[in-house]
Amino acid sequence: MTQTSVKLETYRTGFDALLQEAEATDPQWLTDLRREAWSRFYKLGFPTARRGNEKWKYTSVRPLAAANFDNPVVIGFPENINAADLRLVAPWNDAWTNLVFLDGHFAGYLSNLQNGAGQITVTNLADAIASGNPDVQIQLAKHANIDDDGFTALNTAFLRDGAFVNVPAGHIAAAPVHLIFATTGQLEHAASYPRTLLLAGANSRVTVLESYVSLAQTPYFTNAVTEIVLEDGAQVEHYRLLLESADAFHVGTSRVYQSKDSTISSASFAKGAAMARQDVQVTLDAPGASCSLNGLYMTSGEQHIDNLINIDHAKPYTKSRLFYKGILDGKSKAVFGGTVLVRKDAQKTDAQQTDKNLLLSRQAEVDSKPSLLIYADDVQCAHGATAGHIDKDTLFYMQSRGLDRETASRILIHAFASQIIDTVELEPLRDYLDDLFLTAMPTASLEFGGR
Amino acid sequence: MVQGVDAGGQTLLEVQGLRASVEGLEILKGVDLTVKTGEVHAIMGPNGSGKSTLANVLAGKPDYQVTSGQVLFQGADLLSMEPEIRSRSGIFLAFQYPLELPGVRAWQFLKAAVDAQREHAGEEELSARVFDRMLKEKVELVEIDPELVKRAVNEGFSGGEKKRNEILQMAVLQPKLAILDETDSGLDIDALRIVADGVNKLRNSSNAVVLVTHYQRILNYIAPDHVHVLIDGRIVRSGGPELAHELEERGYDWIKEAVDAGV
Repeated sequence: MTQTSVKLETYRTGFDALLQEAEATDPQWLTDLRREAWSRFYKLGFPTARRGNEKWKYTSVRPLAAANFDNPVVIGFPENINAADLRLVAPWNDAWTNLVFLDGHFAGYLSNLQNGAGQITVTNLADAIASGNPDVQIQLAKHANIDDDGFTALNTAFLRDGAFVNVPAGHIAAAPVHLIFATTGQLEHAASYPRTLLLAGANSRVTVLESYVSLAQTPYFTNAVTEIVLEDGAQVEHYRLLLESADAFHVGTSRVYQSKDSTISSASFAKGAAMARQDVQVTLDAPGASCSLNGLYMTSGEQHIDNLINIDHAKPYTKSRLFYKGILDGKSKAVFGGTVLVRKDAQKTDAQQTDKNLLLSRQAEVDSKPSLLIYADDVQCAHGATAGHIDKDTLFYMQSRGLDRETASRILIHAFASQIIDTVELEPLRDYLDDLFLTAMPTASLEFGGR
Repeated sequence: MVQGVDAGGQTLLEVQGLRASVEGLEILKGVDLTVKTGEVHAIMGPNGSGKSTLANVLAGKPDYQVTSGQVLFQGADLLSMEPEIRSRSGIFLAFQYPLELPGVRAWQFLKAAVDAQREHAGEEELSARVFDRMLKEKVELVEIDPELVKRAVNEGFSGGEKKRNEILQMAVLQPKLAILDETDSGLDIDALRIVADGVNKLRNSSNAVVLVTHYQRILNYIAPDHVHVLIDGRIVRSGGPELAHELEERGYDWIKEAVDAGV
């Protein structure tokens, strides 16, 4: 306990410096928010895997807390980084609206905002705050709760920049909005706190892609928070790519709030980071709201990935589809948890949650514990989790058609991953993911188990 | 070894004194079998006699341990080959229970299989266009629903569709020796006719077929040259097509009794 407090002192030092520096530019509401968030974080600290803390039961953040990452200072952008570097580590399409953030700060010189058309706001959050945008003040931190979540509190305390996307009622965003959060490595051992606020007005449509990438192979910490608000009838297509470096820590918190007849279809793809936690919560707060959440994670070595996905069916006639898949090699470990909560009034809820894992080695491990909590009586809910090795009889069948075990395994793994990749409607992204996940198949430690 | 050539054609397969076990239990207790090009052999026997084991051992299923004997395929030691090498060399096993390959497109699977076979033979990969044309021809030849080829291999197929799909794979791979393991089981008469027609269309003077079956029914559609009766891991009788008819009429018990009596 005392040790943890000592660790938090370096965050306090960083926070004090930040407050001093930002005071001149921050509006009062933001200063207040920061202070409140900081005091919450200081009280909560980093979560521990203590008994009763189900949310962190299988994931230890001790290495992250012990790493004691420095808090970022603005030192300007490294001059040697250009668009070509980003294209090597992130999907890129000139037809998209691309916002690039380096170490948490907006890099206008690498971004192209010209595709953001008409009344649709696509900008960096710092500018939106500075310009006094009322929507930002109203919505920011209203959906990502700092009260019981240390990482969200920490992100909010250190909030500097990120993306603000506001699609007014009835508007359709012509170009997908791509937010690239890249770590450059120029700040050694640093944390960054990207923040995204997406407001989709009534009957609007927008596609947003968040990419978390690295230009350096150093340890760092990304603590990202995204808030997405869908008004009545809004349709959001959302993608999240976690492609951090192999030594990185990543905690991503996404909070989605949905009004009547709104729809979000989201797909998450995770491949990087030494330790990654993706915490998603969707609140279906009016009839007709529906969400489809797909995910694919692939780990190797000693990677650890934790997906916590909670869906709150708060009102009747809401629908959720959750389908995640994992491919685990080496000694890597995956945790999948979360609850589909069906409240008492949420009759006619239709919910499915599925997590399937393919283990490529004997040492890989999965703790998959999706759960249902149902207080209504007229609902359709199903959930399931599986984990298995490549079936040896299936392999023999393929061998008997002339394919060697490695080729057969690749084809099976490819097919396993394709089921999620094929849900991506954005074609250039689908192609990118196809290459990313399918040409980089693990082969070194393929092991074959029985049924 | 001797490459025999007689009226039946060239020797394709020579099984000599083959013994095999699964989990320590001996199933095959000394099987001898010679198959020449142009021939159709039927291996018949009651349940548990070792028919499927023989088929699987020839295809190289790793669950089985060969304890003695040898198998020559075109003069080469078959038992030392990995299953995929056996396939590329021209052996095809139509499975009794074909496996489902979730999400694996039939087109992609068969293209990979053909490419592997061609590479083994020192030939170039087929272009997608040429392969596509070839596949279409085979689909017509074996009278399979073209929609099945667009789906994942065997995923959600009916039993009959799976069996037909095996024959399609056989048509695409054009094996020298096709081993059909209980391909007739679970098929209605129309499906059986279609499957048998497919096999008959693929037969020629340079390949051979081994039919493993419990029932004589399929032999009405695919006429065997030789019929062997396998009981308790040994071939106890060999004869012509008339032996199959005799089994159909009298069952297997009389042969068991005859064997036990040393007749």
